[in-house]
Amino acid sequence: MVQNSSEDQQGQKTVRDMKIGERGEICCLNDPEMALKLLEMGCIPGTEVKLNSKAPLGDPITIIVNDYTLSLRLDEAETILLKKR
Amino acid sequence: MAATIQAEAPEAKKAPVHQPVARIALIGNPNSGKTSLFNQLTGLNQKVGNFPGVTVDKKTGISQLTPGFKAQIIDLPGTYSLYPKSLDERIIIDLLYDPASKHYPDLVIVTADASNLKRNLLLFTQLADLNMPTVLALNMMDVAETEGVKIDVEALQRELGVPVIPMNARKGVGIAALKIVTSQQLASPGATFFQIPADLRPLVDQIKERFGLRNDYLALHYAHQYKSLRFLSEENKVWLDHLVEKEGFRSNAVQASETIARYARINELLLDVVRVEKVKEEEKFSNRLDQVLTHKVFGYLIFLALLFLVFQAVFAWASYPMDLIDQGIAAINTLIQENFSGPLINLLTEGVIAGLGGVLIFIPQIAILFAFIAILEETGYMARVTFMMDKIMRKFGLNGKSVVPLISGVACAVPAVMSARTIENWKDRMITIFVTPLMSCSARIPVYTVLIALVVPEVYYFGFLNLQGIVLMGLYLLGFVSAILSAMLLKVLLKARERSYFIMEFPVYKMPRWKNVGLTIIEKTKAFVLEAGKIIVAVSIILWVMASYGPGDSFERAEQRVQAEAQAKGYTQTQTENAVAAAQLESSYAGMFGRTIEPVIKPLGYDWKIGIALLTSFAAREVFVGTISTIYSIGEEENVTTIKDKLLAEKDADGNPFFTPARAFSLLIFYAFAMQCMSTLAVVRRETKSWTWPLAQLVYMSGLAYVAAFITFQLMK
Repeated sequence: MVQNSSEDQQGQKTVRDMKIGERGEICCLNDPEMALKLLEMGCIPGTEVKLNSKAPLGDPITIIVNDYTLSLRLDEAETILLKKR
Repeated sequence: MAATIQAEAPEAKKAPVHQPVARIALIGNPNSGKTSLFNQLTGLNQKVGNFPGVTVDKKTGISQLTPGFKAQIIDLPGTYSLYPKSLDERIIIDLLYDPASKHYPDLVIVTADASNLKRNLLLFTQLADLNMPTVLALNMMDVAETEGVKIDVEALQRELGVPVIPMNARKGVGIAALKIVTSQQLASPGATFFQIPADLRPLVDQIKERFGLRNDYLALHYAHQYKSLRFLSEENKVWLDHLVEKEGFRSNAVQASETIARYARINELLLDVVRVEKVKEEEKFSNRLDQVLTHKVFGYLIFLALLFLVFQAVFAWASYPMDLIDQGIAAINTLIQENFSGPLINLLTEGVIAGLGGVLIFIPQIAILFAFIAILEETGYMARVTFMMDKIMRKFGLNGKSVVPLISGVACAVPAVMSARTIENWKDRMITIFVTPLMSCSARIPVYTVLIALVVPEVYYFGFLNLQGIVLMGLYLLGFVSAILSAMLLKVLLKARERSYFIMEFPVYKMPRWKNVGLTIIEKTKAFVLEAGKIIVAVSIILWVMASYGPGDSFERAEQRVQAEAQAKGYTQTQTENAVAAAQLESSYAGMFGRTIEPVIKPLGYDWKIGIALLTSFAAREVFVGTISTIYSIGEEENVTTIKDKLLAEKDADGNPFFTPARAFSLLIFYAFAMQCMSTLAVVRRETKSWTWPLAQLVYMSGLAYVAAFITFQLMK
């Protein structure tokens, strides 16, 4: 579930890599500290996320998770790994 | 399990019926309508923000639940969980984790946004596991309905084991039902949502035994959060330290799996409770609005246009009520002086009322500014501003949320520093507080206006660009740039205590509620009048005494000397009076101070008279104008009345005009940077809970002012 970053995750797609309007399913969170906050806000493994918009300078971004809009920075989005489709 | 828990209710609450007043804590997610509910229950209407975490102070109010049953309602800051992230949220654990405290609530009302139930229930299940008597106020039913979310309240009530009241707090729907149910709800919830994992049992049992706790989940929270629980003794903290170490308790991992387990449980119980009828594939109104308001180009243009409108309002529109206040105070003073006399009357008019006037005159600007900020927050636009500005602000060690304090700083640093409370990250918040006073506040305007009018010619370029206006704008820009650069400096110097993050709910756009806007204006203005006012008035009195008395008979001698001189030169009565006042000020304690510091300020181009003005400016900068107007009242032509003419008439030792552009600009730069505001220092002390920050600000800003003014004067001389 919550894992530390490791080699086998290299190259796995994260929320950071999504395009606007794209959907994905959360696989795991790879930053234990950030994970606490993200989990609280409903970013639970298995939940669907959709990249909603980006700030004019590309960072932060907003995602839709559990039917509400959540804003977060790219660095934080990078810790949310997506399931392979 | 349920039956045993019933018997275990913490400290076996007496039925509130026997108590004169029951204590009820109101808790919920940000934007769940918690403060609206508080206002409905207590009638004491207060601020509801759309910006997550706007409620900061612990607010309480009395509610008449049923005839003969009153309750004290405590409005707690909005939070997403019982693991606090910001300073405000710590209030919650301090209140809820100490059953022995006399403030410990008898009952908790949890507000939940019905349109976003899943996330809102996380907090509810945590509270339920603490086993406190709980009522769930299912708020914003109307929003849920328009989004096609159907909630089976009966089923939810069965699943949660507590009364669930569907309501719409904004309109007052469901309040009566909530009051009645609350007055009857004495029992604890029957359901447990998170089972303590077996490997944590030894830890939990030891904590329960040591602290005499009956609730497992509370004991677990002691293990998680003992470091920030203020009611625990040092000894107990050390004991917990050892225990946590011995048991190999990994707080982060335990917390993460708890949250995941809770969401799993919530998903499961909501399966039969919530039905989403419409699939809303069409874009929401908020999203379409965002495509314009956070657009790459238009987003910033609209923000700039809004800022321009705000400044226009603060500077142009506010001048009318400000003039009225100014004239009103002057009229009262004249009235008193014409009818009474004596030293006490002088103290009243020149000290107290003048000081009070200095405070009251800023009310229009502060009210207008906070009206705008409140509207922007209420509508949800402020969240977009922080969203658009975050990347830029981060480069300078700030945070998107620093935008509000920095903009507010243009009116007054006192409420601006207080508004930095919404920044969760310690380092970002400290940097924001530190640099906010560098923004040119409205107290600097009178100083700027007088000095610019003195040395900058009123020239127009292209028919509309006024040179004086350009210089004034340059000074504001100077304040902003120095704030940003100082933040960059601090970013390097300061060590971060925790990682900064920007994970926050993006609220949907809403119409502002004008009542809330009005209440914000009153709240902020009150904070300014009380915080800044008391210091400004006190210092005004001290300065009046210093300027009105001198050692020994120095005052009489000064008067005699000037009288003789006046007769020789044939002064008129007014000229003589002015000359006497000036000579007496010179020989007063304030004058002595000015002379003492003259060697220090000489390299900046200042003399002892400006030294007095610098001293008096410590109460509040705008006092500068009044002081120099008194000091330079030297017997000249009788029609010389404006400050500008007085200053123009001032000659240096060689008979040339004293106020050269070099001196005036040196003063302008000094006032742009210097920390000359006791009220700000007091508020920074209160907000940071240490003297280090206000003192560092005083030294840094005054040092910056000195060096910059020195360079300006030496270059322009």
